Amino acid sequence: MTFGVVVFPGSNCDHDAYHAATQVLGERAELVWHKDTSLHDADVVILPGGFAHGDYLRTGAMARFSPIMPAIKAFADRGGPVLGICNGFQILLESGLLPGAMLRNRELKYRCEHLYIRVEQTDTPFSRRAQAGQVLRIPIGHGEGNYYADADVLSRLESNRQVVFRYCSPSGQVDDAANPNGSVHNVAGICNQRRNVVGMMPHPERACERLLGGTDGLVILQSVVDAVAAGANPADVATTSSTASTSPTR
Amino acid sequence: MIDATVLERHGVTPDEYHRIVGFLGREPNITELGIFSVMWSEHCSYKSSRVHLRTLPTEGPQVVQGPGENAGAVDIGNGLAAVFKIESHNHPSFIEPYQGAATGVGGIIRDIFTMGARPIGLLNSLRFGALDAPGTKRLLEGVVAGIAGYGNSIGIPTVGGEVAFDPCYAGNPLVNVFCIGIAKTSDIIKGVASGVGNPVYYVGAKTGRDGIHGATMASAEFDERSAEKRPAVQVGDPFMEKLLLEACLEVMQTDALIGIQDMGAAGLTCSTTEMGSRGGAGVEIDVSHVPQRETGMTPYEIMLSESQERMLLVVKKGCEAEVERIFEKWDLHAVRIGEVTADGMLRVKERGAVVAEIPNRALTDEAPVYRRPTERPASLETAQTLDLEALPIASAPDVATTNRVLLLILGSPSIASKRWIYRQYDHMVQTNTVVLPGMGAGVLRVKGTDAALAMSVDCNSRYCYLDPRLGAMHALAEAARNVACAGARPLGATNCLNFGNPEKPAIMWQFAQAVEGLGSACRALSIPITGGNVSLYNETDGKAIFPTPVVGVVGLLPHADRALGRRFVGPDDAIVLLGEGHGELGGSEYLATVHGIVKGTPPSLDLDKERALQTLIVGLADSRLVRSAHDCSDGGLAVALAECCFDARVGADVQIDGVRVSSRDTINDAGALFGESASRIVVSARASDVPAVLARATAAGVPARVIGNTGGGRLRIAIGGRTAVDLQVEEAERPWASAIADRFTQRVA
Repeated sequence: MTFGVVVFPGSNCDHDAYHAATQVLGERAELVWHKDTSLHDADVVILPGGFAHGDYLRTGAMARFSPIMPAIKAFADRGGPVLGICNGFQILLESGLLPGAMLRNRELKYRCEHLYIRVEQTDTPFSRRAQAGQVLRIPIGHGEGNYYADADVLSRLESNRQVVFRYCSPSGQVDDAANPNGSVHNVAGICNQRRNVVGMMPHPERACERLLGGTDGLVILQSVVDAVAAGANPADVATTSSTASTSPTR
Repeated sequence: MIDATVLERHGVTPDEYHRIVGFLGREPNITELGIFSVMWSEHCSYKSSRVHLRTLPTEGPQVVQGPGENAGAVDIGNGLAAVFKIESHNHPSFIEPYQGAATGVGGIIRDIFTMGARPIGLLNSLRFGALDAPGTKRLLEGVVAGIAGYGNSIGIPTVGGEVAFDPCYAGNPLVNVFCIGIAKTSDIIKGVASGVGNPVYYVGAKTGRDGIHGATMASAEFDERSAEKRPAVQVGDPFMEKLLLEACLEVMQTDALIGIQDMGAAGLTCSTTEMGSRGGAGVEIDVSHVPQRETGMTPYEIMLSESQERMLLVVKKGCEAEVERIFEKWDLHAVRIGEVTADGMLRVKERGAVVAEIPNRALTDEAPVYRRPTERPASLETAQTLDLEALPIASAPDVATTNRVLLLILGSPSIASKRWIYRQYDHMVQTNTVVLPGMGAGVLRVKGTDAALAMSVDCNSRYCYLDPRLGAMHALAEAARNVACAGARPLGATNCLNFGNPEKPAIMWQFAQAVEGLGSACRALSIPITGGNVSLYNETDGKAIFPTPVVGVVGLLPHADRALGRRFVGPDDAIVLLGEGHGELGGSEYLATVHGIVKGTPPSLDLDKERALQTLIVGLADSRLVRSAHDCSDGGLAVALAECCFDARVGADVQIDGVRVSSRDTINDAGALFGESASRIVVSARASDVPAVLARATAAGVPARVIGNTGGGRLRIAIGGRTAVDLQVEEAERPWASAIADRFTQRVA
């Protein structure tokens, strides 16, 4: 299978995602330039971390106008798996593929360190190999990861089970002490209603090799390898398992 | 038009003006005077330091590129070279901490990718006044944010460094930034202009009026009016630099490039003259083609601007379209501003009319060189006199008091954890970071190989103040020892020599002594200097900083997975001390923190012993005989042992020998616990490996003995069988972990 890693001019984790896909997972990967208009034969799209267009305005605010974005939207609309990591998550929010917005970290400082997140949902292409409630040790590195959504959106997110990862303690306790940036409901990652588009602030590609201090990120990337290999449209799986809580959206 | 006032404003002496007239055979115009003034400034010409720097060893079989280029380079095998350098941005950071530090990072990154290397890591060495003194927190916060803002955005991890506090830096903080990159040895590119008729291209940000005379500013002392110099500090744009980095590395993959240089200090002037001079050629440019951010800029302003994120390229004739296409892809515009000539002149035109014409030689090779007078400061005698007997402490040691002293030292901002600082730096981007910040030397794996590079920047400026020669030797030895503790063999060094006003004989003496010491240590440890930077005039209101020769050392680990960190790995390991302590308290953290004095002579340093120790630890790591290694330096053995326990959730039970340095046991205990004798490393090893570790040490001629075991939750140190320190590790860790963070979080609340 082929990972399509989108390269914005200010992306800086593009090579890291590419390395994890090719050298660690042994899959194919292609770097897709943001001025391209086609994703070629990508089976999964990664929007990597970085500062897409410098992000002097708002993180990801300009990236949604990049020529590649319509192709990504079409890919997502077809049910193709899309993962936005860090700046990639911010771009998914700005482009409307995921609901909500990012604020500056509560303490107004960039923060880089290993943290713990709890897997809340396992019916997305990026978490299907994990156990529900599993605690992963994965690094963050961001200054604007304070996820915000208003009460309506938030309650819809929760009732639709769209919160995929939450910041937690090493033992899996979700509380304010484990929240590095002030995100509402300790949100570390969410998915869309169809469950094929996932955005997360932590960096799974930084936690794929023992040499670098941990391999807990692998489960996220291997999940999508499984999902694509299973051939089934990942969205189909999701729809059946979450029918009960599906509600109409705006 | 050019009178004494104009000359003074340009920092040009009457003698120097006389030489300028000699070179030109006429009076210079104002543009030419401006060009001379920046190229002959201390910052660009090294006129006071050059005669001393020449004595440093710069050669070795591993050296791919020595001093004189944008950065140095050493061979790391597999056809690859590590390209690295350290530079200061002290003066701008004092005036405007965020932008000063940010553009310091931007500048050193350009020096590395200019050589054809992809930057993979940053370190920094920061010095401020006492943390609780007015203004220090603001400076520290701004500098750290500036480093983070630039490095994080461009995507180069900041993997280590040092931060120290001393009142001598209150009016003159130091911001030294180190960058390392990797290049194919065969692809290293130089800053030369050659081939008559080859076009000269300008790429990157537009030129504005910012930073005019930055190099001259960095060549003068500060006073209360320095804040007025804010317009001479540039503003950084890391996104622009990211585009430049990617585009330049892409151009370098083609055959189109002859030479490339960034426009740093002295901007367009320095890049055109240095490239011409290295290539034995001339360069002719027309400033009207230079992209400008503001209207009405004069040739003088354009030539002297230090706007950031600009590069100068010499391209092979006929390859113009290829180069322009690559920059276009990255939304950059490469503009042809001139060409290489045969006559060795820097010729500047404005819409075709010549506005400056100077022989390159006069600006570079023939720039003034001074052997300034040196004189040992008379005050040094007093400073070196340390009377331990006069220290106001009790005679009989008791555990509670010694515990308190250890906690006090662990909570001293220079010793305490720098986590609050490095957590603001992205230290994991590029997924190479094997040893995280705060765990020892920075260690980065080299993708595509089994190897890793270890790097450390160090200097103990108290030592350098008390004995600049010995202090500089310690700086090199400590940086190399830190690299060796990670398991890496040191390959090369870069230096950043921060001193006061060289026109004062006492300062010049410090400088000469330090360079001499550095050279002798480099020779003894076979570590050549491959480049660096000199920052003089670090004085405010006539008060100089301590001499601060910061040294960065780079080493190679053939197997990345054998890298060591400072932390104990688990319980029931043996703790082995390599090397011997003699209770040397001169210039120690103990004296500074507990007694408020900087006195005595620094610890002695036997470079043969140091070399044996470093070779030993590299071999032990490679054979996987030890599980952790930590250099014993600031704060002595007690602090080193405590740091081995921190973040490890494991304690240590240790027995050491007493030393006799005074008539009182309290002082003797302080010597044993907090003395800073050099050439010592604390390692931990599985009990079954201890015989092999000791045998290796004996064979290497390094004293080694088992001093205790890891385990439990307490740090206990007995001296000659009598308990001296006994603390819960958590209790010891608290002041260490929170000393810096608490001072800032309280401010927010």
